[in-house]
Amino acid sequence: MSTSATEQAPVVERQQMAVDIAGVGFGPAMGGFLTTLSRQLLNEDGTPRFESAASPGMPLQVICYERADGVGFGVSGAVTRGRGIRESFPNLDLSQIPMAVPVAEEKLSYLLDPIGASRRSLAMRLADWKVRLLGKLIGSSDDAVELPYTPEFMQKHDGMVLSLGQFNQWVSEQVTSSGLVQLWPGMPVSEPLIEGNGVSGIRLADQGVALDGAPGDGFMPGMDVRAALTVVADGPVGAVGRQLDSHFGMPDGNQQREWALGMKMVVELREDCELKRGTVLHTIGFPEPEIFGFLYVHPDRLASVGIFVPSWMRSPVRTGYRYLQHFMLHPYLWRHLQGGRLKAWGAKSLQESGRHGEPILAGNGYARIGEGSGSTNVLAGSGVDEAWTTGVQLAQAVVELLQQGKPFTRENLDRSYVRRRRESWVDAESKIAADSRNGFEKGVVTGLIGMAAAGITRGAISVAGRKRPIPESTSELESVYGSRISAGELKTLKEECAAKGSALHDRIMERCGWPEIPFDGQLLISHQDALLMGGCVQAPPGYANHVVFLHPEHCQSCEPKLCVEMCSGQAITRGENGVPAFDREKCVYCGACLWNCRTSADGEKGNIEFRAGAGGLHSALN
Amino acid sequence: MSNAYHIVVCAGVVPDPLQTLEPITTATGPGLKNEMMLPAVLDPWASHALYEAANLAAHATGSKVWLVSAAPKAKLQQVMMNVAQKASFELVPIDAPASGFADAHAVAEMLAGAIQSIAGLDRSRLLVFGGWESASRGAGVTMQLVGEELGIVDQFQGVDQLTVQPDGSLEILERIEGGRHMVSVCQGPPALLGWATGNLPEPRNNPQLGMANMRTVMPALQKAKVAPLPPGAIRYLSVTPPKQQRQTRIVKDRPVEEIAAELCEWISKD
Repeated sequence: MSTSATEQAPVVERQQMAVDIAGVGFGPAMGGFLTTLSRQLLNEDGTPRFESAASPGMPLQVICYERADGVGFGVSGAVTRGRGIRESFPNLDLSQIPMAVPVAEEKLSYLLDPIGASRRSLAMRLADWKVRLLGKLIGSSDDAVELPYTPEFMQKHDGMVLSLGQFNQWVSEQVTSSGLVQLWPGMPVSEPLIEGNGVSGIRLADQGVALDGAPGDGFMPGMDVRAALTVVADGPVGAVGRQLDSHFGMPDGNQQREWALGMKMVVELREDCELKRGTVLHTIGFPEPEIFGFLYVHPDRLASVGIFVPSWMRSPVRTGYRYLQHFMLHPYLWRHLQGGRLKAWGAKSLQESGRHGEPILAGNGYARIGEGSGSTNVLAGSGVDEAWTTGVQLAQAVVELLQQGKPFTRENLDRSYVRRRRESWVDAESKIAADSRNGFEKGVVTGLIGMAAAGITRGAISVAGRKRPIPESTSELESVYGSRISAGELKTLKEECAAKGSALHDRIMERCGWPEIPFDGQLLISHQDALLMGGCVQAPPGYANHVVFLHPEHCQSCEPKLCVEMCSGQAITRGENGVPAFDREKCVYCGACLWNCRTSADGEKGNIEFRAGAGGLHSALN
Repeated sequence: MSNAYHIVVCAGVVPDPLQTLEPITTATGPGLKNEMMLPAVLDPWASHALYEAANLAAHATGSKVWLVSAAPKAKLQQVMMNVAQKASFELVPIDAPASGFADAHAVAEMLAGAIQSIAGLDRSRLLVFGGWESASRGAGVTMQLVGEELGIVDQFQGVDQLTVQPDGSLEILERIEGGRHMVSVCQGPPALLGWATGNLPEPRNNPQLGMANMRTVMPALQKAKVAPLPPGAIRYLSVTPPKQQRQTRIVKDRPVEEIAAELCEWISKD
């Protein structure tokens, strides 16, 4: 039986409020939207330029709700060219934004496997052997070789290193100080108000409810906020955007089938660390061939270091935290990180389908901007600037329509917002990137070749292929590890972990030769300590569980439980009777469970619903 | 006789309690490392005072609540995005440092000055609320000094409960040693109460309340007076953070007595 949010919702009288524009989610896209819009809301003499239709006699009423407890609690290991951001702030002084700095140096490095535990193909093992053989002749040191140049399509040398949390905080100060727009963190939006063939606003999450959503002490039904325009910028796993996709469908041929989990730490480097601020390192090859890594150096001896674990890594025991620690311990990075201290930790899902994952961008009464709207350039690995720019484009379109006195219909938004987007560099570059990652469907080497071909030929050549639905694309444990661990032993390991209620990846990794992590209490720490010390994770009481297993009976036979293995906060664990248990007090809202479910009723959508919820990370350094 | 109150809540801004704080020496004295990067919250002790003030005002028709807060304007703006959804108030912002290393006398003088400048404030109805302690610094004297500056002699610290009696007098429960309360009764305003935790839960976020508050909060912030604290008012010989340890271990199927014994042993090591 389905237990969707709508079916569970009690029939209650809700407060109503009317505004002109309601925003969902505050990130770079909403930052671009509100920055641009708020500058257009006053005449030169300081009088309001547009009168509110919702509150006649008042200026335009613009309000934005953010799920997290603070506007700076976003996560990103951001290096961006910042073209759109600089256009919005022509005199941008990066020294005014904490942790921001221009890119000074950029390198792409191939990491060898110093341990011998990584799942490398024969071709990669041969490549490693050659690199080791040629050694210093080709500039190899610390089990790594720095490539002679960074491909042009990846270059960010004219860009900036940011902490997205600090950047969001800075932008929020700019937009709210005008008093023209309101921004409310700590207020999840549970659903769009869909009426007829359009959206008439949003419904805020119920408060004072039990974990199952039933009204409890201090029950406060979420308010209905009616708006002529709803701006949806709630990211790749946002509840509102996904409900719109579910209700209105995706454009023909578009599907969101490629994802990655980005997990990072912000590290205070030791005093004698020689890394220059503005240094950008991209890595490939380790800890597993499919996992890409990065290290960006901020001012004040702070560095962001992290990895991306992609959905096309077929392993059913793929995971994030353990691999992140092994990544940091690689000699090429550890020489810089050793002696450092953890300052922050976090994780987020990345929607990596790019143009192929683009939803309907505008409908009657609503528009989509940012990562959830498929704006990420999956070839350049760039999302912040593109998201920002789509927000700017929508704001320009909104002002145009307000000036013309036209309503926010699909037709008008197509003609104003979508047209701007289609004519911009964001769209042109997304076309080049569209098929660049197809090759990863066939393996990491083919994928890298495909990316290079698409980048060099500006999209003219790419590897042909079709992305498979996530439940279908994840392999069985035996096919991934069968060559290294016997079927009998795999069965034993599975049974042991099931009996103990623990995840399987640690045992498998140890069996493959990954050493224990030498915890030092300051940078190499347990997963739970990372939640407490780095993520400062909190969950305010009175909200329902936002991770729901739709058909628990389907979970019972699912082995290994990929949702448990990939959960960034160990919030999903093996529960009773084989059904996973969810602890919202550990959830960091990365949304990885959404696309790491191997059980599907329709072959496309997993068995986990990721709803709107409050809390999560309380660190603004990520 | 009207039982309406004019309640002024003094509330500082402190780093989110889960953040790791590192004292450093800055050009102007002791400070916290990267303080402007840390997420901030309304001081938890003073937050309770605000919730109590809102509750009292809601039950005494005609009452009004002001929130006097001294912090860097950008931080105040950030904190107001959360606090304004919790209770109805009018903000009296002071753009000033909030590192927790300021001299309590200077802070008290600044707060008292701000209270005295509130237009229409009726001293005969005045209740000054604040936190008994502060999450930034546990000196616990600022509110007393504010009271002295304002000439309020009825002062109560460590307050957990305030009850308005039928005759308008105030019954106040103050914490004393041994987990007990001292019960006092004063005739009525003016009075100063430094709140402990009170008995009220944190109110739910109310979007309509937030919108109503912001109509006055943002204009007030735009006009916030800059009040640099006097340099050299206090000299710190040394600053040391509390000794912190964290050890995480998962244990199962172990008697609680054993766990308790281990915890006691661990705590007594310090």
